[in-house]
Amino acid sequence: MQSFDSKPWETIRRDFPILDQQVNGHPLIYLDNAATSQKPRAVIDCLTHYYENDNSNVHRGLHELSSRATMAYEGARARLAASIGAEAAEIIFTRGTTESINLVARTWGEANIGAGDIILLTEMEHHSNLVPWQLLAKRKGATLRFVPVTPEGTLDLSKLDELFAGPVKIFSFVHISNSLGTINPAAALCARARKAGVTTLLDAAQSAGHLPLDVRGIGCDFLAFSGHKMCGPTGIGILWGRQEILATMEPFHGGGEMIASVGFTESEFKPAPYRFEAGTPAIAQAIGLGAAADYVDGIGRAAIFEHDQALARQAVGLLKEIPGIRILGPLDERGGLVSFVLKDAHAHDVVSMADQYGLALRGGHHCTQPLLRKLGVPASARASFYFYNTPEEVEKMAAIVRKIQTFFA
Amino acid sequence: MNFAELYQELILDHSKRPRNFGPLPDATVTVKGDNPSCGDEVELAVKLTPGTVEALKFTGHGCAICMASASLMTIKVKGKSRDEAAGMAQAFRHMLITPEETAVPESFGDLEVFSAVRRFPQRVKCATLAWRALEQALSTAPEAAVSTEGNA
Repeated sequence: MQSFDSKPWETIRRDFPILDQQVNGHPLIYLDNAATSQKPRAVIDCLTHYYENDNSNVHRGLHELSSRATMAYEGARARLAASIGAEAAEIIFTRGTTESINLVARTWGEANIGAGDIILLTEMEHHSNLVPWQLLAKRKGATLRFVPVTPEGTLDLSKLDELFAGPVKIFSFVHISNSLGTINPAAALCARARKAGVTTLLDAAQSAGHLPLDVRGIGCDFLAFSGHKMCGPTGIGILWGRQEILATMEPFHGGGEMIASVGFTESEFKPAPYRFEAGTPAIAQAIGLGAAADYVDGIGRAAIFEHDQALARQAVGLLKEIPGIRILGPLDERGGLVSFVLKDAHAHDVVSMADQYGLALRGGHHCTQPLLRKLGVPASARASFYFYNTPEEVEKMAAIVRKIQTFFA
Repeated sequence: MNFAELYQELILDHSKRPRNFGPLPDATVTVKGDNPSCGDEVELAVKLTPGTVEALKFTGHGCAICMASASLMTIKVKGKSRDEAAGMAQAFRHMLITPEETAVPESFGDLEVFSAVRRFPQRVKCATLAWRALEQALSTAPEAAVSTEGNA
């Protein structure tokens, strides 16, 4: 089934020390990459090197270590900007996708969304791209509107004219659905929004480490992603915003690092991105994320996308032969993950049992409760792939799932 | 194998064919319990008299551990005094957080099958969902039960 040469992927796998272990007496098969990816030696070494050699607080410091830390931190910013076709000044370091979206809702949203305005989302949003907007809508008296999801698990784009009608101020949507695997046509949707004068935010949590991203090509206004899903450390992520929009935005948190000058009653703030980075940032994590971007781009995001898709196709092909299984999301084109429901086994029983075979899956609502409710599914099990996973692991996964279904039938 | 211990025949049987499953029209208290992180939902309907858990049934959906625990609970608790039922709930929840090697009291009977859940700490909340609902039902207004008994 796969068109890729399996040799280099096997070599790449050895870059991940954690994958070489037994879990419950079986070789670990880690298929929970949509929750968090594993970290290559290069990223782990980068963190160690930083703490052993350069650790210091960034910016204002006048000593050698501080200047090294600052260089590395700002270098990571430039590195991440380059990886998505952006300017360094447009890259704001956050704790992750969730904080990035909250930042936009709290700053841009606070200033630009008022009573009666409409916030357009889709029915397949992760809670992190839903709850911040619910909070904003409540504060402002705004309304949430949703692009519906079809039973096949794709966005229903037939009524876009109606959806964009009225005082729609922002369209915030997910690039690759973490529970369906659906890949949304980001560029076309952003173009449609721009035509209607609507600002766009793309939640790239599941796509950033998995396919090439170019913010100018996509044409969004904001883009958010997390580092830990693309081989980087936890606690670090990115908000990218168009320079001209960032320049209009009020600060998010107040404190050190983000000020130009401070008086007892009033302060002046630095321009973006520093205006949005109050306090000592996650320095090591940002530098680690830079190393992760180097690593991922060294392999090539297009090659990763092809590899993940091949595994997903293989998984769908094998799983759909299991009697009574329901696979969520589109069957043809999907990102590197497969969610499914077994007729006779609840997702948590599936995951508990899979764990006994050293197979790490995830079960639950995947932080998309309203979506699963709409699909009539209380919980699903999910296998999500990354470039270090192999066709053999996918085969073993499908065989284990089949055993589980038989056990509970 | 570990999971065979967790998913013993009795648990599989009760999860596939839960007993006392369905509505209880003359319930005096109805309590809804859920484990939001996994989507387990149990609605427990109890007919309470001042002293006794006269009847109880449940509806909902969840994993095998959750459903089997609810099913076996309804059998165990039906007809018991309120104090006995509350005591059983407390003892059951306590058992699940004791170390694996701790012996399970004789009085547990069939409920002993859930002792394997102790090896799977993430699943304890599945096994206790129905019992927590029961505890809440028992702690709610006894007057409600009194007035219903009067009507009956």
